[in-house]
Amino acid sequence: MSVEVQIRQGFQGFDLDVSFEAPAGLTVLFGSSGSGKTSVINAVAGLSRPAQSRIVVSGGVLSDSAEGRWVPPHQRGLGYVFQEGRLFPHMSVQKNLLYGNKLAKGRAEIASFDQVVDILGIGSLLGRRPAELSGGEKQRVAIGRALLARPKLILADEPLAALDEPRKAEILPYFERLRDEFSLPILYVTHSIAEVARLATTVVALKDGKVDRVGAAAEVLADPSFTPMGPRAVGAVLEAKVVTHHEDGLTELTANGVALMLPQLSHAIGDQVRVRVAAHDVILSKEAPKGLSALNIVEGRVQSVRSGGGPGAIVSVDTKAGRILARITRRSAAALDLSEGVTCYAVMKSVSVAPQDIGTR
Amino acid sequence: MSDWLGPQEWAAVGLSLKVAFWAMMGAVVPGVFVAYALARWEFFGKQFVNVLVHLPLVLPPVATGYLLLITFGTQGVVGSALKEIGVVFAFRWTGAALAAAVMAFPLLVRAIRLSIEAIDPKLEQAAATLGASRGRVFFTVTLPLMLPGLLAGMVLAFAKAMGEFGATITFVSNIPGQTRTLPSAIYAFLQVPGGEPAAMRLVVVSIIVAAGALILSELLARRIAAKVGQA
Repeated sequence: MSVEVQIRQGFQGFDLDVSFEAPAGLTVLFGSSGSGKTSVINAVAGLSRPAQSRIVVSGGVLSDSAEGRWVPPHQRGLGYVFQEGRLFPHMSVQKNLLYGNKLAKGRAEIASFDQVVDILGIGSLLGRRPAELSGGEKQRVAIGRALLARPKLILADEPLAALDEPRKAEILPYFERLRDEFSLPILYVTHSIAEVARLATTVVALKDGKVDRVGAAAEVLADPSFTPMGPRAVGAVLEAKVVTHHEDGLTELTANGVALMLPQLSHAIGDQVRVRVAAHDVILSKEAPKGLSALNIVEGRVQSVRSGGGPGAIVSVDTKAGRILARITRRSAAALDLSEGVTCYAVMKSVSVAPQDIGTR
Repeated sequence: MSDWLGPQEWAAVGLSLKVAFWAMMGAVVPGVFVAYALARWEFFGKQFVNVLVHLPLVLPPVATGYLLLITFGTQGVVGSALKEIGVVFAFRWTGAALAAAVMAFPLLVRAIRLSIEAIDPKLEQAAATLGASRGRVFFTVTLPLMLPGLLAGMVLAFAKAMGEFGATITFVSNIPGQTRTLPSAIYAFLQVPGGEPAAMRLVVVSIIVAAGALILSELLARRIAAKVGQA
């Protein structure tokens, strides 16, 4: 159930040299535009043919330039969800969904047609044409079409990038279900740190055509030296469980025994969720703060303080709930005398956690 | 109604419809192939093929007809070889169809090429990732999406074939019942005293056929565009 990728390709003024292994689950290829992520996913799909490549999906060799092996795209048995959906405009939704299904007779079914339609909530759209669908509906159909092609691996190239925020929030849970309910590896390209935080089992961060980081999502995101989108995008992910929904509109979670209060979540009691806490929303205090409006105060120990040339510093705090990153000024870090091993309190306002930063598991 | 046109005139109309129909049918498959190659492939000599295809559009039709005559005539390189297997173009209606097809070819290719270039190759890629071979991608995605342009091109080719005169008369002459198409008949009637009324009637027929073809192509294109979802 793993994916092995090695690609070397020289472009004009840009060399792609990427090698990684993706375990089961959802692997995010993360990087800014021009980092080479789409080149990688297209090479896996067989839509491009790099000078040197070795691509193995669940034991099947799709490409091995050393042996001169190259399987054309239509024989790879993958499901590709594109940024723009790419539904066939002259076919109904139903025919779009079944296009790959008819050609995949030899492979094991991931889910039946009825299941896919049910999961994605597209039963009422089957008779329509793509031109009559909203952006979010198109992407749901595109996901269904890929799933019904009975793929060994799902590829997704920035599937949310063309959607507005409400539509993103509508589609994200489907990828979470894809990741959690089917034992199907997913290779997912994005430049959005929020999508990484919500979806990634494993992160492969690309930078200028090279692999910058590989690792479990929680580890990579909690690494204060990992600031691919600048310090503003830094934030660690806490794993928590829904305890109860309070009457005043707050949801109580527990992260390894530490109680967290967040604005009302739609998740059921007992659900595992991931909460991304943006580093600039965290305040640090040397003493247990009193008389503060913030509801979430977590004790921890400073693990590291990192600062670059600017006025900011990123303090990484190990707490019982997990690692929390805080972005404060260097001046504050000095004034509080924060250094490795010092005990401090991380303060987070409940309302600062945006709903799109909360995902399942 | 049927005595509105004389038997000679009916023969010319019928022959023209037959010639134009087969010219269109004969040109469509090579037309799609050439248009696809010009739209999607990069190959050595592409510009040469492009010029060759468009040559009948700009060359004097008489010159095209003469070239056809020396190539496909019974003494011609290709014509003499074809004669061995029983295929004769010279001074037959088949030759008129060939001349009409050659003259209509550039119009057909242009219309199809434009419609292919309007298709996003990313859709064809998507079909490939879903397991469709190249041939299947062509027949299930490319061909249906280029259908409006294809039909418009076919109607245009048909109308052009109906009106083709210069290359036809040079290549296959003006033999009543055999190669005397509508334009040749109009020309012939104008050469004889008192032929004007007959020529006029055939001009009216030409107008009806041409206008009908244009209306038909417009209706078809609209219908298909709506079906394809690009309206």
